Amino acid sequence: MASSGAKKVRSKEKPGKSPAVLPTLTPSERVDLLRKMVLIRRFEQKAAQAFMQAKIKGFCHLYIGQEAVAVGSISTLSPTDAVITAYRDHGHALARGMSSRECMAELFGKITGCSRGKGGSMHFFNKEKHFHGGHGIVGGQTPLAAGIAFAQKYKGTGEVTVCYLGDGAVNQGAFHESLNLAALWKLPVIYVIENNEYAMGTHQSRSSAGYPLVKRADGYDMAGITANGNDVDDVREKMWDAVQLARTESLPSLVEVKTYRYRGHSMSDPGNYRTKEEIAERKKESEPISFFKERLYKEKALTEKEYEEIERVAVAEAEDSIAFAESSPEPEVATVFEDIFAPEDQIAEFRPPIGS
Amino acid sequence: MAVITMREALNQALSEEMERDENVILLGEEVAEYQGAYKVSSGLLQKFGSKRVLDTPISESGFAGLGVGAAMQGLRPVVEFMTWSFSMVAYDQIVNNAGAIRYMSGGQYSIPIVFRGSSGAGLQVGATHSHTPENWYANVPALTVITPAFPDDAKGLLKSAIRSNNPVCFIENEKLYGFKDEVPEGEILTTIGQARIRRPGDQVTLIANSASTHVALAAALQLEADGISAEVLDLRTIKPLDLPAILGSVAKTNRVVIVEENKPFAGWGAQVAYEIQHRSFDDLDAPIERVTGLDTPQPYARVLEQAVMPSADRVIEAVKKILA
Ligand SMILES: Cc1ncc(C[n+]2csc(CCOP(=O)(O)OP(=O)(O)O)c2C)c(N)n1
Ligand SMILES: [Mg+2]
Repeated sequence: MASSGAKKVRSKEKPGKSPAVLPTLTPSERVDLLRKMVLIRRFEQKAAQAFMQAKIKGFCHLYIGQEAVAVGSISTLSPTDAVITAYRDHGHALARGMSSRECMAELFGKITGCSRGKGGSMHFFNKEKHFHGGHGIVGGQTPLAAGIAFAQKYKGTGEVTVCYLGDGAVNQGAFHESLNLAALWKLPVIYVIENNEYAMGTHQSRSSAGYPLVKRADGYDMAGITANGNDVDDVREKMWDAVQLARTESLPSLVEVKTYRYRGHSMSDPGNYRTKEEIAERKKESEPISFFKERLYKEKALTEKEYEEIERVAVAEAEDSIAFAESSPEPEVATVFEDIFAPEDQIAEFRPPIGS
Repeated sequence: MAVITMREALNQALSEEMERDENVILLGEEVAEYQGAYKVSSGLLQKFGSKRVLDTPISESGFAGLGVGAAMQGLRPVVEFMTWSFSMVAYDQIVNNAGAIRYMSGGQYSIPIVFRGSSGAGLQVGATHSHTPENWYANVPALTVITPAFPDDAKGLLKSAIRSNNPVCFIENEKLYGFKDEVPEGEILTTIGQARIRRPGDQVTLIANSASTHVALAAALQLEADGISAEVLDLRTIKPLDLPAILGSVAKTNRVVIVEENKPFAGWGAQVAYEIQHRSFDDLDAPIERVTGLDTPQPYARVLEQAVMPSADRVIEAVKKILA
């Protein structure tokens, strides 16, 4: 549903490859969506435990509660479309098909991690999977998304870019500059605001003027779309419109997805700015995994027994990723000087030796 | 004398200056209701109210520039960057506006603003979050750059910074917030631009700042066990540099190792080394050594990050090299 004030998505006959309407998933494909969401949840719960044991260091931002957003939206993409997000990136990475092993190993700072232990929780990358980070500076990924989309259009690949950002990030200048560029140059990019209501301890009502946030699309004459982030089907449906607009007409859009994070801003945040009751209430009314699970039960796409199996497999995969990360080697100290310059251009003598 | 943390010392400085001058305001992300991301501003909202302690949106360029504008109009804003790593988003406002308006206007405006917040590497937060940016700001002619290493200096220098009519970059180091030390009761105003000998010695001078001062002190302690007497000079202020203190120590020890967490290329240590060889060439008995953060983006993995950071071991190695 387009929000009041924001432009409706224009519909138009789509050329060639992608179907005009959202493909109906088979029951087993629908169960796959649930499987992904459960995996992300269990992966992060294991990561949280490992953080408490000081096996994961630095900042660690959990996605728990928001799983339907990444899973639903990424399920509307083709595997070569680009995905880019902020520091709360574990869910998007897993939804994109990155392995739990490479993700957990990155959290443990191991050489087998998706960024060779150099990035950590906030800086996951996997170019092969078209997952372009993992960005630590609020809003910093938004111009990159415009650039990736620019290159997709320039090369005529027919691919699109999805860029996630938070409700706090909408107030960075870079985001506004990106929206303008995307609209002005008709770039095939979809900006997805994951509105989980809080930017650290600041409720959205104390950080942004002009609600709903999707209204920001108006000023740039872009499509503005709103979705319910607790309902993976709704996310899919609304994202599909945006993806089609980008794919077939090379037009950007802004999608505001209403969601909620159940954990602190990061593992280091005690979360005193909201009540336990508030969190409990949100979980009760709209926890995305149980919500979707119940729907699948009703559709007879899933039995309780099958769900138990999904849980068992997800926990086993998360545990396997921990074991893999734990048994992986630390990076060799010499790797600290690798990956700074393109190896073909690297002038060895310019490298300062350790201890310089 | 009370023993308090760096965090408390900074908090006292803010509180005392806000009490003293109602034109002092504090703005930044999470400074008010959350009590500060690192709790430096704890209690200030309750004490001074939301007119003077303001939570901002995540708009560093906007609120840093707003601070400069407010300073042009007579307020004395203290702008907190949650970390200096995020100040990059506001670089233009700090460099081109805070750093040039007095000069460009032929001296018509004072810009009595303090930009402050945490900084530094070593906590495994990766390349984007680990900057130690005193070099970048010291490169701007009209900016004052302060990097305290101890609670008493943090308090005395922050109070002086707030009273300064110049734009000041007050760069704290996250690793030091919990560091405890004695701070004199009552008003302390530390003069900006003066280094301080934190440990006297006569065979080598370790010149350091901020967290690196503690690395240098640890090295000096171990060197003492090896019978080597190292003087530790804490610069406290990177700009202006206290040349008399630096040259005075070099005249005594004739050997220098510079310890800095920031990256080596054009780091402040390069400037200090230049000044020493230029002004006191005859005092030197050995080439000046620098122990800096290595010239790589900051890695996440602990083994890698530890290799990148200046360490007591690397300082000792450098000292032994020039004493050999
Ligand atoms: C430029 C910049 N300023 C501040 C921060 C510190 N910071 C990290 S996340 C965050 C809150 C962001 O909130 P939001 O955009 O809503 O995303 P969410 O964390 O809710 O996913 C802040 C202030 C940062 N990383 N970068
Ligand atoms: Mg948010």
